[in-house]
Amino acid sequence: MQNGKMHPKFEKKPGKEETSYEINQRCLIIRLNDELDHHNAVKIKEKADRIIERNHIKHIIFDFSGANFMDSAGIGVIMGRYKKVIFIGGKIAVASVNSTVDRIFRMSGLYKIINKYDTVEAALNHLK
Amino acid sequence: MDNTNRMVLEFESRSQNESFARTVVAAFVAALDPTIEELADIKTAVSEAVTNCIIHGYGDKIGIITMRCYIQDNELTVEVEDKGRGIEDIDKAMEPLYTSRPELERSGMGFSFMEAFMDELEVESIPGQGTLVRMKKTIGKEAIKGFTNQTGQSAI
Repeated sequence: MQNGKMHPKFEKKPGKEETSYEINQRCLIIRLNDELDHHNAVKIKEKADRIIERNHIKHIIFDFSGANFMDSAGIGVIMGRYKKVIFIGGKIAVASVNSTVDRIFRMSGLYKIINKYDTVEAALNHLK
Repeated sequence: MDNTNRMVLEFESRSQNESFARTVVAAFVAALDPTIEELADIKTAVSEAVTNCIIHGYGDKIGIITMRCYIQDNELTVEVEDKGRGIEDIDKAMEPLYTSRPELERSGMGFSFMEAFMDELEVESIPGQGTLVRMKKTIGKEAIKGFTNQTGQSAI
């Protein structure tokens, strides 16, 4: 059921870039470009997991510079990816987190298992 | 000045309506001149309540979600109601980190966030008939009482 398949007319928001994915060595950089709620979480999980499996991804960096909203679905996305990479010694990082999203992370306790960096570059430097 | 207002919105339990619903509430409460933080709190709480209706209330089906908002002086009340499957054990559902749908990677923090971000949370549910979540928040409280915050608490 939760397959993220929408009627075509709901699928694209004109003028807004979708979340993009970039691979740097064994790091996957997920540049979020929308609000991270359950609706978008379903799509991001599917896409990220495909890339993680095909490219032997070890570390994942979530770039929040384009995401100004997150709810508990975002916590689910990050915890789910954490469980995928932790067994191969991978790490999860978040970058460019605004104060609203930061508060959600602090409340959830997620900073016990992930690290926060000011920029994607700073995260990459630590993870490589 | 008579500072009361109300609105009712009905929409289908499609996940793209999560952002629609929280945007509507944000626009409705704008009259109370909330801070950015208060607005973020309300949007998160509404998003959690509506997502619950979609995932848990209706599951595979598409049903109708009714959202009612009231303003009374500087207090916002938001009710989010579905006519879905209902909750057998509300106390259990509200436990931090509990989720009935772990396969969906739900974090189990939905109700915790609603409780933390709003002043009051009530849940009424009848199995097989539906669930009503009622949340209240006073706007402008922090300006009076000074900055008190519930962050720093940890659920993990």
